[in-house]
Amino acid sequence: MSKLLLDVRGMAVSFGGVRAVDGLTFSVHEGEVLSVIGPNGAGKTSAFNCITGFYKPSAGSVSFDGTDITGKRPAVIAASGIARTFQNLRLFGDLTVLDNVRAGMHVRIRQNFLDAMLHTPRYWRGEDTAAVEAHEWLDFVGMEYDRTAQIRNLPYGEQRRVEIARALARRPRMLLLDEPAAGLNHGEKERLLGLMRRIAALGIAVVLIEHDMGLVMEVSERIVVMSYGKEIAEGTPAAIRSNPAVIEAYLGGEDEETHAEAERIAAEKGSRGTAEVEW
Amino acid sequence: MNDEPTLRAGEKPSAYVSAVEEHTRMAPAVKEAGTSASSRTAVAELVSKGLASRWLGTGAAVAALALPLVSSSTYVIQIAVDALIFVMLAVGLNIVVGYCGLLDLGYAAFFAIGAYTSGLLSTRFEWPLIATLPVVVIAAIVGGLLIGGPTLRLRSDYLAIVTLGFGEIIRITANNLDFTGGPNGLYGIPDFGDFGLRADIALYWITAVVVIAAVLFSSRLGRGRIGRAWRFVREDEDAAEAMGIHTYRVKFAAYIAGAVFGGIAGVLFAAHQTAISPPSFNFLWSALILMAVVLGGMASTPGVVVGALVISLLPELLRGAENWRYLIFGLLLIVVMVFRPQGLLPARTGEPGRRGHRAQEGAS
Repeated sequence: MSKLLLDVRGMAVSFGGVRAVDGLTFSVHEGEVLSVIGPNGAGKTSAFNCITGFYKPSAGSVSFDGTDITGKRPAVIAASGIARTFQNLRLFGDLTVLDNVRAGMHVRIRQNFLDAMLHTPRYWRGEDTAAVEAHEWLDFVGMEYDRTAQIRNLPYGEQRRVEIARALARRPRMLLLDEPAAGLNHGEKERLLGLMRRIAALGIAVVLIEHDMGLVMEVSERIVVMSYGKEIAEGTPAAIRSNPAVIEAYLGGEDEETHAEAERIAAEKGSRGTAEVEW
Repeated sequence: MNDEPTLRAGEKPSAYVSAVEEHTRMAPAVKEAGTSASSRTAVAELVSKGLASRWLGTGAAVAALALPLVSSSTYVIQIAVDALIFVMLAVGLNIVVGYCGLLDLGYAAFFAIGAYTSGLLSTRFEWPLIATLPVVVIAAIVGGLLIGGPTLRLRSDYLAIVTLGFGEIIRITANNLDFTGGPNGLYGIPDFGDFGLRADIALYWITAVVVIAAVLFSSRLGRGRIGRAWRFVREDEDAAEAMGIHTYRVKFAAYIAGAVFGGIAGVLFAAHQTAISPPSFNFLWSALILMAVVLGGMASTPGVVVGALVISLLPELLRGAENWRYLIFGLLLIVVMVFRPQGLLPARTGEPGRRGHRAQEGAS
């Protein structure tokens, strides 16, 4: 097995009396595609926010590439090599597509106040490289609209693509995608699948929160299932599909009849590839 | 403006790309219809093209430097220096409010710190005014650290209220301390020297050079790496954090840069007025500078310069209207903000077609 990249141990966070994440333990290896699934409110996004520093875990530890990053500032965690997208797009609406992507390169561009004020050779080198690289990442995600346009004027699917390009421009070792397929149509989901495979081919570990089971089953090497803030199952797509605990978490079924029904549905839906499936 | 080809050579057009092409082919027809319908868009396009030209800034700078050759009456030079100092304050505040989105209602505090630091050193310790400049920069930075430290952790309205408070604290402190001259302030502040010219014209040229440099630098800062970071913070702090941008430090940088601009403007003000007192730095100043930024167009350097010129010169131009002039001034501002809430010359979006262009050609 390849090297351990992210190690989450007993992570917990609560809001008031609600334990959103309750002792979650899982790990991500280098270059792996892992999906985190679970019913709405299972604590998936909260777990992402804990890992990336937006929430401070009340217990447990998160380490990335052997370094403890528990409760560090989001900017520090991002700089250490974790990039993320947001469930509801968080782009810089007034700025151009290219500037949005340049945000990901901020920590890599070497330029100080004097460089910017005096337009030194170093300034031009940095700006030129940034422009070239921004275009390259937009090519990579297949964003073909006007790149000098304000991002808020782009169609939703294109905005999602730019958000991924921005995260990739951070040149992360691990990319967290929070429901990247939400709101996309069938064709756009197909292209997203292709894009995720290309990202994985770059050797970037991808952690995916997604409700579209077709997509999850297709792309993931491993799946972690969460319910009520805890991990209830972990394994390959095939193993997860037939795991009774998972089916119960989703359908809340108790009796044999429901189980059989759920398994039939699961099998049927799983076999449909990338079709739009909502559990 | 650069035109990005929608399809690069040697690439197989997918159904998706073809659809995009279809879309772009349709776009010109729509645009044409729009232009013929109203000539206003054509005028706007012409204006924005003029603004995009790099000659605009050069032209404005030359005009500013040539003013004493056109008219050297004491009155004209007097109000021109006032206007230039006001431009410098506006581009300084534009860094804080326009680029970074931090609503600062106490900007006159830094103006006061600059004016008092240089006034004290030059009158009490008889330093030449130019020698006070490094100390003013340091004092402005220290002031920025002290005020910014606690306040920049706050957002929006809270930040505005606290900066308003700090602005007043600085003014009231100057009013109550003995060594700052109390309510009488400081007087007999020297100028930079006359260099064989008429004293006010020498000061005008010094002011013009400093202010032109300030406008250029603030505009360039806004376009560089730090300027982008400021905009990212303004647009979405959390997303900026997620990209590895330390938002607190970035906001601090904007605040300190603004403080330094304000401090240096204070030195020019002290030299120009030769006497300063606490009422020169009251809340009205902070409000007027902010008004120049909002009126001109936040984050737009040409806009902010025009806004500052309007705010500082309009009351003078309306002098004929006597006591009515502030009423007319106020009404004009309301009219502008109703019909053009984005400012007189709003910030251009889109990639500037500057030298970086060659890089973009390389990419496509």
